[in-house]
Amino acid sequence: MRPRVAVHKFSSCDGCQLAFLNLGETLFEVAQLVDFVHFAEAGPVDDDAQVDIAFVEGSVSTSAEVERIRRVRDNSRFLVSIGACATAGGIQALRNLHTTKAWVAGLYAKPEYISTLDRVTPIAAHVKVDLELWGCPVSGRQILLALRALLSGVVPAAEEEKVCLECKRGQTVCVMVTRGIPCMGPVTRTGCGAICPAFGRDCYACYGPAENPNPQAQATRLAGLGLTPAQIAARFHFINNAAPVFLEAGLRAQRASLARET
Amino acid sequence: MTDRRDVSIRVPVLARVEGEGALELDIAGGEIRELKLRIFEPPRLFEKLLEGRSYTEVPDIVARICGICPVAYQMSAVQALESLFGVEVTPWVRDMRRAMYCGEWIESHALHIHLLAAPDYLGLDDALAMAAQHGEILRRGLRLQGLGNELIKLFGGRSVHPVGVRVGGFHHAPDVQAVRQLAARLRAALPEADALLAWTASLALPEDDQPFLSVALRHSAEYPMYAGRIASSAGHDLGAEAYEQQFRESQVPHSTALYSHLDGAPYLVGPLARLNLNADRLPATIRDTLPFALPSRNLFHSIVARAAEIRLALEEAATLLERYGLPDAPAVPLVPRAGIGFGATEAPRGLLWHRYETDSAGTITRARIVPPTSQNQARIEADLRNSLNAFGLDRMDDELRLRAETVIRNYDPCISCATHFLRLEVRRS
Repeated sequence: MRPRVAVHKFSSCDGCQLAFLNLGETLFEVAQLVDFVHFAEAGPVDDDAQVDIAFVEGSVSTSAEVERIRRVRDNSRFLVSIGACATAGGIQALRNLHTTKAWVAGLYAKPEYISTLDRVTPIAAHVKVDLELWGCPVSGRQILLALRALLSGVVPAAEEEKVCLECKRGQTVCVMVTRGIPCMGPVTRTGCGAICPAFGRDCYACYGPAENPNPQAQATRLAGLGLTPAQIAARFHFINNAAPVFLEAGLRAQRASLARET
Repeated sequence: MTDRRDVSIRVPVLARVEGEGALELDIAGGEIRELKLRIFEPPRLFEKLLEGRSYTEVPDIVARICGICPVAYQMSAVQALESLFGVEVTPWVRDMRRAMYCGEWIESHALHIHLLAAPDYLGLDDALAMAAQHGEILRRGLRLQGLGNELIKLFGGRSVHPVGVRVGGFHHAPDVQAVRQLAARLRAALPEADALLAWTASLALPEDDQPFLSVALRHSAEYPMYAGRIASSAGHDLGAEAYEQQFRESQVPHSTALYSHLDGAPYLVGPLARLNLNADRLPATIRDTLPFALPSRNLFHSIVARAAEIRLALEEAATLLERYGLPDAPAVPLVPRAGIGFGATEAPRGLLWHRYETDSAGTITRARIVPPTSQNQARIEADLRNSLNAFGLDRMDDELRLRAETVIRNYDPCISCATHFLRLEVRRS
């Protein structure tokens, strides 16, 4: 019997599932290797199916999702969270730094119709996650490497090094050193192909924190480039704002910002 | 079955749509008593999380509203902010943005036709089943989808959440050689797009004839995508800044998506609305291939409309890229200022309207975004009532369910972007 695979969606933009749907003909080769028993966007719907591997996209932002992720965990041998929403809460976790109720009231004429939690959390805050694939969005390469490794019975090595190393290998000239652009590459995990510096712009940390990052030194460097503490906080509090390292670094900068104002 | 049953159908998770929604249908005494398209995509509150962010961050933020049409979000946003700052981009920037936007139309439409919609008209469960029986058609579709993705990647580094667009232009101008190579591949794929259009025109689509209001952009010279004024089949002709005076959003308890009405009436946005209002902007070679007259009153023609737009976008992008040369600069300099700016473009699923307010430093103080799916929501419910009545309410639940799902999928609802969409539940009581 072929291994059974599910692709689940929680609070998200659907962009990480596209890593499957954008595989082209490879998608049908993959479909020869595994049975997609639940993948609503592609067709099969069986939310409560027992599977060997569950890929989970999205963060947890409603009480129904809190319940559903537990069922997914119970039904899955191996659970892989994919993308910034699933691994760190995603950009929508910015609400954790504000008052969700006020935000909902600010957008909806009848806020009482909206049921949502005050805090947005990653999958691992609720259930055991066996493998995390970081990135906003994850790439087809990441998905295929993980799937192939898991089918071979091994857990793939995590890619955790910094974007800087990918720039060096690609012979991309450093935008921070040569042009003073406030790049987040020194604290950000690789896997994207370092596309932003290759385009002459700043990395904005969409792949989350790298292994052993030094956010304090990064903040100092950003200050040296003329960023205010509030601007430094915004650099950390972006796509992966709720990743603990970035959350803390951003809060530290916010405190400095407040201290400056008073 | 001859007796008039009271039936309740529930489709708890709609398959082959982007995002999560459900349908509840209650039939009593042979009539639809209640029909609810439930969008329970959790709200992510983008309009609030934009507040306090710099204008420079907006293209990277709004892309995250939708993984399938991030380019559309970026294009409406940058134009709103550029008009706010009083900046005019160069003809090079405008042309290359349109080329990039063509990539998203090709990618999104090819995905929808082949992976989401076509199984409905072939009597198959999904695209995986299609692979066995219609392998070459599916492979052709995936090649076109791949070309669309490559086009986005050329300007954006990747096809989902691309990183190349900035307020004022682009971060980067692609290499001449890379552009030439892709232009040649796009040009070479035109016969495949022709074959796709002919294939969709040959599909046995359901008969359907219903009155509806079409809303789409109109441009003085172009088929609308990147720019134009807001037009309707009722004769509206509005600038983006006048949108809020005519269009109203309201909220219902059963959905996190807002409902839009134009002067109190549901309306259609998307490929068929665009075709209906812009027949004269279609190249004659494409218009003459359509198996129906425009304007069309059969919503199921939407799949043909998408194929026509793939053909159009493919040739347009090839032509734009063939004229490519390196610019002096990929962006124009700008100075932020306080104000209000509006942007409206045609996302693959239809009109996408943005409004931003900024302070003098260019920090966003307020944002409002009206995505195509929430504009179509009231129209989808109206269509379901028409279509299911015409189909016959005494049919088996499974038949009703499939027809209802087909009607909904035909709109290509992108539920993630309708932040503020479907499970079918039919209750016959």
